[in-house]
Amino acid sequence: MSLFAYARPKALGEALKLLKNGTIALAGGTDLITLMRHGLAEPDALVDLTGIEGLRGITREKGRGIRIGALTALSDVEASADLLRSLPIVPESLRDAATPQIRNMGTVGGNLLQRNRCWYFRDEGVQCWLKGGKRCFAVDGENRYHAVIGAHECWIVSPSDLAPALIASDAEVELASSLGRRRIPLAGFYVAPSGKQRKEHAIRRGELITTVRIPEKALERKGTYVKAMERKAWSFAIVSVAAAARVRDGKASDVRLVLGGIAPIPWRVPAAERVLDGTSLDDNACLAAADVVLKDATPLRDNGYKVTLARELVRRALRSLMS
Amino acid sequence: MTSLRGPNAVDLTLNVNGHDRSVHVPPRFSLLDTLRGPLGLTGTKLVCDEGDCGACTVLIDDRPVYSCLTLAIAAEGRRVETIEGLSQDGTLHPVQEAFVEHDAYQCGFCTPGQVMSVVSLLRAKPDAREDDVRRAVSGNLCRCGAYPNIVAAGVAAAKKKR
Ligand SMILES: Cc1cc2nc3c(=O)[nH]c(=O)nc-3n(C[C@H](O)[C@H](O)[C@H](O)COP(=O)(O)OP(=O)(O)OC[C@H]3O[C@@H](n4cnc5c(N)ncnc54)[C@H](O)[C@@H]3O)c2cc1C
Ligand code: SF4
Ligand code: FES
Ligand code: FES
Repeated sequence: MSLFAYARPKALGEALKLLKNGTIALAGGTDLITLMRHGLAEPDALVDLTGIEGLRGITREKGRGIRIGALTALSDVEASADLLRSLPIVPESLRDAATPQIRNMGTVGGNLLQRNRCWYFRDEGVQCWLKGGKRCFAVDGENRYHAVIGAHECWIVSPSDLAPALIASDAEVELASSLGRRRIPLAGFYVAPSGKQRKEHAIRRGELITTVRIPEKALERKGTYVKAMERKAWSFAIVSVAAAARVRDGKASDVRLVLGGIAPIPWRVPAAERVLDGTSLDDNACLAAADVVLKDATPLRDNGYKVTLARELVRRALRSLMS
Repeated sequence: MTSLRGPNAVDLTLNVNGHDRSVHVPPRFSLLDTLRGPLGLTGTKLVCDEGDCGACTVLIDDRPVYSCLTLAIAAEGRRVETIEGLSQDGTLHPVQEAFVEHDAYQCGFCTPGQVMSVVSLLRAKPDAREDDVRRAVSGNLCRCGAYPNIVAAGVAAAKKKR
């Protein structure tokens, strides 16, 4: 890891001033430090955000939804009484994410901005397309964990457990830079790398996530998160499903269905959600929706199993909303 | 206005096992390298250096973290606890004792990390049950597969506390 300078400001304004070219924000460091060790990030300076108290914590205001500070530790999200009561899908999504140590260190903002886990990407010796090279080595290489849908030049999958659960909760992110503030739907934050865009997030240089906001209306839905893993702990999602719906008199409406681990971005297909509207989320309806979600899947040599798995996980997640 | 420190070595004060310790290291030094190098605390182990094993587990402000992914400079102003800080006047910590009684190791390389994870659990949840212990050590790999005894040791230490 090459040399870099370091600062831990106490105020957001100071942090934004320090974020110049060559400077990167540091939160829990659980992804960034490893990227730096492998030469995949080479900052001249790190601005540690963990000293900014105002960016930490979860607040629930009646009628005004929930706000989660970007620097809130994942373990505090997992244990939040407010979230467990009003939006259990979000803490549930973190129960099997990474490990207790990583959840203690890792933050909400860092989790949403973590880089992908493609092994060609993580290998500093490989200059694949995403890193400015000519081709994707996964397409005809070792690709059992790669995308089955939604990929262009690059077949990574979105690794975050939190992102699908938050998108299924209509979350928005608030961003700040020295130029001002903006607010965008979290879903709009993720882009499948293609053309000139050789990265997976739409955050701009010098911009910080300050808050994740969940609107009050989303709290009226029942939600669940299911994750298929290679072992019971310490494993990224092979496929995951965040499902939420308003359930009344045995009928579902206002459904959200967001999949992780299958596409370069958290995968949401509104047409599949509409298929479920007014149904009792019976097996037939669930599988019909899954078919719409996966309609355009084009698996690679070793990852066709993900399509089968996703189909069944969609069914299980949706069914459980009725129990 | 906070200013940048480094990139060359800077003076840091780290609170380790209740004592303020001064070190002179560059910002790129991990807490793990700083503990094992300048501070001579080699009880905390280095294995993968990327969050994949748990051998480097220490407590910061009572919570277990991986010291290989923590910068020493980022630990300034926080309470760091390592395996060396557990025994008092030559008497083992109850969790350490339980590990000995239950033969909760073979090579012992993962043990300091396992112990720190259990110590943190029992502080937060003195009435921890088997499930809690399993979850608490789920970020500590044991290559020797001593898991059943590690969990038994954790459960026994919790029972003693009750
Ligand atoms: C072994 C291992 C297993 C894992 N398993 C899982 C898993 O199962 N599920 C899962 O979801 N994740 C998993 N992760 C990923 C982990 O959750 C992330 O590394 C963590 O959440 C990142 O948060 P952080 O605060 O440590 O971010 P950092 O590493 O500090 O930062 C990550 C990136 O985000 C940027 N950043 C951080 N905060 C902000 C902000 N507020 N504004 C702007 N930019 C910011 C940084 O500049 C950096 O580019 C795993 C990681 C490891 C090492
Ligand atoms: S999937 Fe993306 S990151 Fe992986 S080899 Fe292909 S281009 Fe590179
Ligand atoms: S050395 Fe830190 S987790 Fe392996
Ligand atoms: S006792 Fe050998 S690794 Fe756990």
